[in-house]
Amino acid sequence: MLSHLRPALVLLVALTAITGLAYPLAITGIAGAIFPAKAAGSLIERDGTIVGSGLIGQSFSSERYFHGRPSATVAPDPADASKTVPAPYNAANSGGANLGPASAALAERLKGDVATLKAENSAQPVPTDLVTTSGSGLDPDISPEAARFQIPRVAKARSIAEEKVAALVASQVQGRWLGVLGEPRVNVLALNLALDDLARK
Amino acid sequence: MTLLGWIQIALFCAAVLALAKPLGFYMARVFDGERTLLSPVLVPVERALYRLAGIDARHEQGWLGYGLAMLAFHVLGFVLLYAVLRLQDLLPLNPAGQGAVAPDLAFNTATSFVTNTNWQNYGGESTLSYLSQMLGLTHQNFLSAATGIALAMALVRGFARSSAKTVGSFWVDLTRCTLYVLLPLCVILALFLVFQGMPQTLGPYVEATTLEGVKQTIAVGPVASQVAIKMLGTNGGGFFNANAAHPFENPTALSNFVQMVAIFALGAAMTNVFGRKVGDERQGWAILAAMGVMFLAGTVVTYWAESAGSPVLNALGLPGGNLEGKEIRFGIVGSALFAVVTTAASCGAVNAMHDAFTALGGMIPMINMQLGEIIVGGVGAGLYGMLVFVIVAIFVAGLMVGRTPEYLGKKIEAREVKMAMLAVLCLPLMMLGFTALATVTAAGLAGPANAGPHGFSEILYAFTSAAANNGSAFGGLSGNTPFYNTTLGFGMLVGRFFVIIPALAIAGSLAGKAVLPASAGTFPTHGGLFVGLLVGVILIVGGLTFFPSLALGPIVEHFAGSAGQTFATGG
Repeated sequence: MLSHLRPALVLLVALTAITGLAYPLAITGIAGAIFPAKAAGSLIERDGTIVGSGLIGQSFSSERYFHGRPSATVAPDPADASKTVPAPYNAANSGGANLGPASAALAERLKGDVATLKAENSAQPVPTDLVTTSGSGLDPDISPEAARFQIPRVAKARSIAEEKVAALVASQVQGRWLGVLGEPRVNVLALNLALDDLARK
Repeated sequence: MTLLGWIQIALFCAAVLALAKPLGFYMARVFDGERTLLSPVLVPVERALYRLAGIDARHEQGWLGYGLAMLAFHVLGFVLLYAVLRLQDLLPLNPAGQGAVAPDLAFNTATSFVTNTNWQNYGGESTLSYLSQMLGLTHQNFLSAATGIALAMALVRGFARSSAKTVGSFWVDLTRCTLYVLLPLCVILALFLVFQGMPQTLGPYVEATTLEGVKQTIAVGPVASQVAIKMLGTNGGGFFNANAAHPFENPTALSNFVQMVAIFALGAAMTNVFGRKVGDERQGWAILAAMGVMFLAGTVVTYWAESAGSPVLNALGLPGGNLEGKEIRFGIVGSALFAVVTTAASCGAVNAMHDAFTALGGMIPMINMQLGEIIVGGVGAGLYGMLVFVIVAIFVAGLMVGRTPEYLGKKIEAREVKMAMLAVLCLPLMMLGFTALATVTAAGLAGPANAGPHGFSEILYAFTSAAANNGSAFGGLSGNTPFYNTTLGFGMLVGRFFVIIPALAIAGSLAGKAVLPASAGTFPTHGGLFVGLLVGVILIVGGLTFFPSLALGPIVEHFAGSAGQTFATGG
């Protein structure tokens, strides 16, 4: 065992330096040089302030904006650090709801959310992604159906024609990669930014 | 289930198969010390490392020496990682000001990364500094993966050599695997992932003001460099708490696809390395075929179950399958396939919450791990785990025809079969034994977040994942408690080393045997009959061992849920 000590120690230190320091630092340097915006987190600026990341969802509750999916992220309770409180789209503590497929708590939550959405728009079926939480709690996307479902509410709150909002939604739909991989989707933050731009013009 | 879904699954299989042969060719050359494309750059580095460490590259070790070298390396690696975690508040590169990691969590995390498990009781962005992520976790990702491949090479040499005393040099295998195989692939993969949108920065967390005027703190960091090795090395420990479901850790459908291929790439290539080394590539393909059969069966079940939706969703008429806990950009098929891949290999990264899968959809990942992660499996670990089962299967075949079992010209005798059984039996002991303990102790029962059979599944999944060195979880379980941190850590250690050491012992005893020429009575091990026999033995051993526990968890949950029953905590 003792004869193994020197090779073990030297290789551990040397390989740690290579894989734990040199490699991540080199990648940081190269990535920062060739993909600076992406390496920094795909941040979006408007009027000089960072309004978020194009990849990270954020919480929308105003009628004037399209809403993302329910988020189950939490934050430490300010009153008692050992407990947590709901904090949707907390991008410093990602996570899901972890409710099982036959959970009474899940059934309860779904029932409430479906009723709310039905009251808002009874003309279309409630899209599943608008009542289910994502795995990360930070899903930036919704399905095209979920975006279309919200068009009447947003158009009414902003007093613009539904067709105009519908055209905007249609222009924001991202297809599958090469028509095959993944699912069609709409980035909620990008859609809402475009909506604000529409109002500014 | 849709046609496009099946096309995505077919494309994935095609990509893995296409990579197996070229990667196998390259890796076989690397471990033989032959010249490769990268030799001009890396040979001087390799030589310098050996000189510093006092290693003679031509000096090989017997199985015991190889094993002791591996253990010495692991003990030191554990100490280093534990120290970095405990002292991270005093060390640099900690812009978020994370405090020292608690002793039981540091033990669990260090064990978890040293054993290639990468169970996440730590919270990633909420617990660890950048230095801990890089120096602590990234480097162990490399070294535990390289160790797995090195050990598989030792076992492969045991089969390939005739009347030999040695199985290779651990130091040389470790160094070559890290420098020639893992590092170059990681550089390419990491840059591709940044191109897809993954952050790679040492800057502090970003403070944003949302469109509605609320402050949002966005965790960033050196993500891509860690995720590349997390996938290629089948480690699976996330940079972020939500792992590969986090948009920064898996930004697009394409990054999802490439990450899944990366999980399988080296494990599948190892079967080709095996075939090359024993002088008949068909032997490698036969093993890959057995893996493939079980992989496809699991994929079909999970994809079907998730597409069919969960009882509570269907009761409300919500269409489109079980989207709870899944991300829109991956959809049902991208999430179901990922879950099967990550548990078939010992990766344990998750891109959707397995806890929220349907009962049967979540059972397949559990079965994949309970079989010992031999369906492609962890890099290296999958191959040696599978070869252990091959020995059992050959033994069973020998019993049936009343002939001394042989594999690749090596007589399989009592010692090999005993060692193989030791490796096969230690996993259920850890998985089922600790699950039983947790279900009768208050500390164990405090863990599950869900009630009824799903709560039991959460416990069973945790110990299964730990002993199989997977690291994925039914995340509702509160595992960051002294009880779970220690029992899971212990399960990981036994699950890793009580498979590795018997496998090495088999390597040593096989290497010493002479290769017998094939005769008319030799059972061919490259055809469909052998593949069928191997799959049969694996499923029978796994089924007999684990069916009762699965009946108490996912199976009863499936039937109760289908009948409209729901389970409330505290009720």
